Amino acid sequence: MTDSTSLTFKSTSTNPRFEAAYSWSKQIFKTLTLPAVGIAVFLVLWSASSMNIKTSLGQFPGPVAVAQQFGTLYDEHMESREKEQKFYERLEKRNAAKLAKDPNYQAKQRKYTGKETFVDQIGTSLITVMSGFLLAAAIAIPLGIWMGLSTTLNAALNPIVQLFKPVSPLAWLPLVTMVVSAMYVSDDPWVAKSFLNSMLTVTLCSLWPMVINTAQGVSTIDDDLVNVSKVLRLSPLTHVRKIVLPASIPMIFTGMRLSLGVAWMVLIAAEMLAQNPGLGKFVWDEFQNGSSQSLARIMAAVVVIGFIGFLLDKGMQKLQAWVSWDK
Amino acid sequence: MSAFLDISHIDMTFPTPKGEFTALKDVNLQIKKGEFISLIGHSGCGKSTVLNVVAGLHQATSGGVILNKKEVKQPGPERAVVFQNHSLLPWLSAYQNVELAVKQVFGNSKSKAETKEWIEHNLKLVHMDHAMDKRPDEISGGMKQRVGIARALAMEPEVLLMDEPFGALDALTRAHMQDSLMEIQNELNNTVIMITHDVDEAVLLSDKIVMMTNGPAATVGEILEVNLPRPRNRLALAEDSEYNRLRSAVLTFLYEKQRKVEVIPTAAKTEAKNSEDDSAAASA
Repeated sequence: MTDSTSLTFKSTSTNPRFEAAYSWSKQIFKTLTLPAVGIAVFLVLWSASSMNIKTSLGQFPGPVAVAQQFGTLYDEHMESREKEQKFYERLEKRNAAKLAKDPNYQAKQRKYTGKETFVDQIGTSLITVMSGFLLAAAIAIPLGIWMGLSTTLNAALNPIVQLFKPVSPLAWLPLVTMVVSAMYVSDDPWVAKSFLNSMLTVTLCSLWPMVINTAQGVSTIDDDLVNVSKVLRLSPLTHVRKIVLPASIPMIFTGMRLSLGVAWMVLIAAEMLAQNPGLGKFVWDEFQNGSSQSLARIMAAVVVIGFIGFLLDKGMQKLQAWVSWDK
Repeated sequence: MSAFLDISHIDMTFPTPKGEFTALKDVNLQIKKGEFISLIGHSGCGKSTVLNVVAGLHQATSGGVILNKKEVKQPGPERAVVFQNHSLLPWLSAYQNVELAVKQVFGNSKSKAETKEWIEHNLKLVHMDHAMDKRPDEISGGMKQRVGIARALAMEPEVLLMDEPFGALDALTRAHMQDSLMEIQNELNNTVIMITHDVDEAVLLSDKIVMMTNGPAATVGEILEVNLPRPRNRLALAEDSEYNRLRSAVLTFLYEKQRKVEVIPTAAKTEAKNSEDDSAAASA
């Protein structure tokens, strides 16, 4: 008994090539095969259950219907681009013809006003979420650093942060809308009001994780490092620049990652209600539209929203790993 | 003539929920320029507090510190500290860690080339010139402590304060570091206050060993002059009768006069439990 076990043990351990191949295939199994099985099971379950759900807009879309919609959405986008190009070609031709007749003619530049396609709306959503998120970061990180350095300020602001942190974007949006329409009055607006509404809602909701994490990171800097700064008599600004900021970079980025996740979630809700062109509006419009294709198109949007959220998080993670010293 | 560094009648009390705690009581110590002083005592006797007061990181409740005729009121680079846990900035290389100190202390008085040369000179002094571009997490504990010492030396301090600089190192590395420190001291002749737990280290390095009584209200117990000729060699000293006399004097102070009864909580608990078992057995 003992002999045979020691024999098998030997036979595997004396063959490193076999072992390497074995562990490699195990790795493949874990990183590729298992997720693939998971997705396959999910698709089967989805497909089976969708067949049993009848809605007023027809049957709930299964994976195949959604996949078809991806094709349709892409075709629509290409078609629209083609139309746009033709529009500009026509415009140019007309302008050139008029210019030939009358050299003093001021060429008119009209903008193409076709409907935004799904792909355009992805772009708009990304711009909106990044604007809102960057504005939040520009406020939250300096504020968090200040709160982390001053226990007085921290004690004063902490209740406010805790109070606003759990507020849903849906509660902020009406307030933001009213304030924006009252304050942002311009004949030639730089950006649309709807854009500003959803952007500011994103900002209001994504501020808090960054404030909290930054303050936490700054207030928990190793005392020894603070003492080094004291012995060197660094000025307050140098202290922040050379000690505080680099020391709390890992925590700041943790906060930024959390915030970006919140921002993306909030954005979809905000766009639905603010009617800002974007993925949220796309979902809302399809819902209002109520064609037999609508549910499949919404489901396609759901997949895209999830995938972009995943990519944003991965991107932030990569950025964090790149700037952090505590790898 | 007044002392170069005068630690004058320092009291230190900390407020606690149970009332005031007196950590130090009337600590009095005069140090000459170029002297190497060791502070030795049991843990919790307030050695670090004395050092922090001299560094300016703590303010004494009463009494004060005068360095070179100026009162110490806040921390400053003329009293450079070598911290127990090296305290290097983990995101900077060895060179950059020293550079931060050099740029802060010398500012514009050194040219770019002079700054670079001075940083490299100090890293060479601690034998770290081969790993200047390594970050703290890429080098060993002893190497980190070397860089910490280089950083402190590079500030050209009037007094160098070392808080158990080799406490976290293994015995071999520690011996290496002590030899390096003696070599540097031979060259620069700095005024040094070093906290240590290690009797051999204290005798080997110091001109004077300041032995502290146990807290609370700790103070200077005895001061032992070490008149061993320099340079000192640890192997030769092991046989030296004067060395052994000094060593046993410190040991006598620590383990007879200031014997500290350490309460080991787990042992106490098992004992209590045993006695409970005994009483239970008795009642049965």
